[in-house]
Amino acid sequence: MSVRALALIPILFIFVGVAFANRAYPIVLGMPFLFFYMVVCIVLTSVVMAVVYALDPANRREE
Amino acid sequence: MNAPLVIIALTIVIAFILALWSRANKRMDLEQWAVAGRGFGALFVFLLLAGEIYTTFTFLGGSGWAYGTGGPAAYILAYGAVAYVLSYFLLPPIWRYAKQRNLISQPDFFTAQFDSRLLGGLVAGVGVIALVPYLQSQMTGLGLIVQMASYGRISETWAIAIAMVVLALYVTLSGVHGTAWTAVLKDLTILAVVVVVGILLPARVGGLHAMFASIAHQRPGFLQLGAKGMGVPWFISTVALTGLGFYMWPHAFGAVYTAKSERVFRRNATFLPLYQLILLFVFFAGFAAILIVPGLKNSNLALLAAVQRVFPAWAVGVIGGAGVLTAMVPGSLMLMTAGTLVAENLYRPLRRSATSGEIQAVARVVVWLVAAITFLFSIHSNAAIVALLLMGYNFVTQFFPSVFLCLWRRTWVTLPGAICGILVGVLFVAYFALTDHSIVAGLNSGFIALAVNFAVTLVVSALTRSWEARRMARRSGASAAGFAYPSD
Repeated sequence: MSVRALALIPILFIFVGVAFANRAYPIVLGMPFLFFYMVVCIVLTSVVMAVVYALDPANRREE
Repeated sequence: MNAPLVIIALTIVIAFILALWSRANKRMDLEQWAVAGRGFGALFVFLLLAGEIYTTFTFLGGSGWAYGTGGPAAYILAYGAVAYVLSYFLLPPIWRYAKQRNLISQPDFFTAQFDSRLLGGLVAGVGVIALVPYLQSQMTGLGLIVQMASYGRISETWAIAIAMVVLALYVTLSGVHGTAWTAVLKDLTILAVVVVVGILLPARVGGLHAMFASIAHQRPGFLQLGAKGMGVPWFISTVALTGLGFYMWPHAFGAVYTAKSERVFRRNATFLPLYQLILLFVFFAGFAAILIVPGLKNSNLALLAAVQRVFPAWAVGVIGGAGVLTAMVPGSLMLMTAGTLVAENLYRPLRRSATSGEIQAVARVVVWLVAAITFLFSIHSNAAIVALLLMGYNFVTQFFPSVFLCLWRRTWVTLPGAICGILVGVLFVAYFALTDHSIVAGLNSGFIALAVNFAVTLVVSALTRSWEARRMARRSGASAAGFAYPSD
């Protein structure tokens, strides 16, 4: 299984997780929960893609 | 003239001076005008792409949607993340293919893949159609800012007319060099403005927590999905549609070609998602407007009206000036793209003997023509800026099935399959638009068109596989024998 499959994690968080995160309360960090959840998804996307980038053999070749 | 109007007029003048200054000493053929002779460094390309993120759509549209629709605005946070994940896989093969074949525009990709100028022309035509609502959103925003700054003394029609002339004139004078320098100015001012407005407006109504608690109390359900038919299925289909369509815009697709290496895209996919977080401040401002200026008929005005209520006149001018730039940079890029698409991918194939001067003249005429058409659409429309952008997405995402199959399942798609898929998808979108169905069965209607498009592409391709094989054999045989059929 390629490390690229990790990219599915943020996709699942956004497309499946939203069904469970669709609520206004609790208000976290000043934001309604739905908006807070999207912020978590964005940060997660960035972290996961950084891991994929670091481990993907395609990025180790000389250019 | 009052202070805001003076500051906004000054902003426009500065943008024009930057455009003329960067044009001096530059030879102006079409390639210079559109892709700047490919002489841009990575920083400029990055700024141009970053400029895509901060448009009137985010500034006035995002805040207006938070104000008018509430929870569904969260889709704007999600789709960027989805698009960047996708970009990691999608952009490198597009870039490699374009580099091998020296492609310049989005239709070139289709022309080269299927050896068909007919398909290239179709893609160019659909691209221009999709750009019109996007452009309309920028023009509407620009018009609103002018109108606001005049404190209502300039009528809406005149304000939009001024916006149209400023945009078209700017493109005619500048080309992409002017856009890039203005983009630098724009990114700095808009970043500052968005953060300041996004902090000060909520502070005015008691801070973020108190603000959201009070909105949630006043309007139960407003801060989540579900209102106005925009439930979880709508969110999922809209994020899928816009995430897949993000790089299908003619200007975004073409910008991919300009990168120095394919690794750039993979690296960008790691940090560009964080750019989306700036949008939070825009939403905060829009939500604060609910408490500061309740009951506006036109939700596009939310941020401007709240700013006018809270800030002194000079600050209204600065914020308006930043808003003008966020409309001018992407707006001019889109106008320029439309002009180039028509001149290079529709006009040139029909008139092989055209000189480059003639092509350039056509591109410039098209810029004014598209600006005028957009103006006519803008004057009597009260459409939300976000709704306009979604309309454009409905059109451009129809390219996705063919692009996807070309890159990963090349044998599953044939020329007739690609043409039928795109045509059917676009017809569905047009039908939903004309009958005013943006949501069908709880789903974004553009997503339904996309699904039908995908199915049609696959079925027609399966049926025409042997025809396509004969056609390709004929073509390669013809070129191997040293002569070429007049193509399409």
